[in-house]
Amino acid sequence: MSDDVLIRARDLSVHYPLSGGGLFGPKPVVKAVEGVNLDIAKGSFFGLVGESGSGKTTLGRACLKAAPITRGTVQYTDDEVDYQLTTIDKVQLKDYRSRSQLIFQDPYAALSPRMTVRDIIAEPLEVMGLTKSREETDERVREIAEKCRLNLEHLRRFPHAFSGGQRQRISIARALVSKPHFVVADESVAALDVSIQADVLNLLKEIQQEMGLTFLFISHDLSVVAHVCDHVAVMYLGRLVETAPTRELFNAPRHPYTKALLSAIPSLDPDDAGKAQKLEGEIPSPTNPPPGCKFQTRCPFAIDICRVDEPKLEHSSSGHEVACHRWQELMD
Amino acid sequence: MTRLLDVENLTLQFDTDEGRITAVDDVSFTLEAGEVMGLVGESGSGKSVTAKSVMKLNPSNAIYGDKTKIMLHLESGSIDIMSLKSSKDLQVVRGGAISLIFQEPMASFAPAITIGNQMVEQLMIHTSMNSKQAQEFSIEMLDRVGISDASTRFKQYAFELSGGMRQRAMIAMALSTKPKLLIADEPTTALDVTIQAQVIDLMKDLVKEFGMGIIFITHDLGVIAQTADKVAVMYLGRLVEQGAVRDVIRNPAHPYTKGLLAALPSLDDLDTPLTPIPGDIPSPLERPPGCVFNTRCSANLGARCSSEIPGFSPVSDSHTVACHLYNEEGAK
Repeated sequence: MSDDVLIRARDLSVHYPLSGGGLFGPKPVVKAVEGVNLDIAKGSFFGLVGESGSGKTTLGRACLKAAPITRGTVQYTDDEVDYQLTTIDKVQLKDYRSRSQLIFQDPYAALSPRMTVRDIIAEPLEVMGLTKSREETDERVREIAEKCRLNLEHLRRFPHAFSGGQRQRISIARALVSKPHFVVADESVAALDVSIQADVLNLLKEIQQEMGLTFLFISHDLSVVAHVCDHVAVMYLGRLVETAPTRELFNAPRHPYTKALLSAIPSLDPDDAGKAQKLEGEIPSPTNPPPGCKFQTRCPFAIDICRVDEPKLEHSSSGHEVACHRWQELMD
Repeated sequence: MTRLLDVENLTLQFDTDEGRITAVDDVSFTLEAGEVMGLVGESGSGKSVTAKSVMKLNPSNAIYGDKTKIMLHLESGSIDIMSLKSSKDLQVVRGGAISLIFQEPMASFAPAITIGNQMVEQLMIHTSMNSKQAQEFSIEMLDRVGISDASTRFKQYAFELSGGMRQRAMIAMALSTKPKLLIADEPTTALDVTIQAQVIDLMKDLVKEFGMGIIFITHDLGVIAQTADKVAVMYLGRLVEQGAVRDVIRNPAHPYTKGLLAALPSLDDLDTPLTPIPGDIPSPLERPPGCVFNTRCSANLGARCSSEIPGFSPVSDSHTVACHLYNEEGAK
């Protein structure tokens, strides 16, 4: 066990029970996350990609103890504390809430329209009792607002007066004001226009380096992840199928799903059409996942073993892990 | 090629509580039969209302400019869309000669009517088919867009279909009346990349087969590069650049188009930092005088840009730009 891991998940599973089902049979469950092993290194910008329904949001929330953990463990270790999220008590959990934060996708829904920007940013400090006086709170709010390139004039206004990019910067300020160590950014730029998206990404990256934060950056957009993250994990139907340092993953993807995802990104070159490797079909329902490898129903390379035996993530020295029976022969 | 659509001097304002806002300002373009035009711009740039004007689908507080002229040329003669007043007159256009595909397929199907009944209903209105023929034809169309087991799907409701399947059904429905013009408003934005690639391929095949003209609205330049023949770039209600897709994407002329392309994260080059366009898109209530982009433009020439609206100048035979830089220095 190395010391530089902030979040360590082992065999992490999150199942949601569904209503209905047979009278005598077991109740159906959605296996949103199943048997995930994940190490997020301190100070890393860790990307989590996958299509909708792959379980990436649930995994992010489980790391914040905001989703019910059915099986497995999540361990959080920083310089001061060491928490097992599955057995954490109330006092510790309150402390963990100030050490971990979430930035939401939709900056229009995440900010209360009835609070001023100052109150929105100050709320976590007040709720968690992190500051002793109003002056101290104001000082902290001003400090973080400046970091997030918000004009101090803006603090007295209400969110409706701001554009999408500015609102997302307010959300970021609110998430960072408690000086967390670990931040989950869930599709934080998906709702923004491209010209603004680049600005928010640059800001996140800057702040992460300045404050020494660890980010779990959840996104469906591979090109965004390629630009900001240093390590990437690819999810499919609740499982991790491949994790690797960013460059490694994008230069030499091993899992057929990762390859397909990469080639599905529409190219800016109009003459590039047609060479992409197209995936057929859609992601199966998590209530009724296929046996064997979860990707076998859409995989062009599936053989008999893929239909019965679920591949495990294979470790390698370079930190590149893949869960596929055939990746080695497919690389040739 | 035969001319399908002429839009001249389209100006559209909305009366709102906060005053009269200009959504579209003096926009002109043409479309040939069988041609795909991409309409690109950020949120609030007026691309959706421009396309909806072609069907006069904007809400009742919309005020069209006096010089606005929209002509749709059909085999049976030309239709002056602006002269159509009652919804009965507009029926020829809406769902007949022109079909519209929306971004959110869940919101555009009636939730309590089966997919099949919705398809049959519009066929009964717009064609001379009887209900049995309409039913058979609808199932054939569902099959045509790659929905397996079409006769079962025909009897299902929108919620029973997955996102990609709903968008396919939407396309089947829009094409079943054999429209001459298809308006696709962000048809792939809500879809995952692998499904987006499938839908784009499907639309390309169908254009070839049906030979209709398409106005394809999107904020994603990659999608445009892969689908469109020509492209028009909008910013704050004005067209700033238009031309053949290869010219505009490989050799962008307007500072805004250049900025949009530079802000896109590219997978080919992970080292160059992302370059955002500085500032935010101004509110339509505070449209800047002169060139609408002058407040964010890095090539701002000063007084001229902030007072005088630039006209279109040619960049090449198939490429024009509305920017003072090009008036100044001739064909740069």
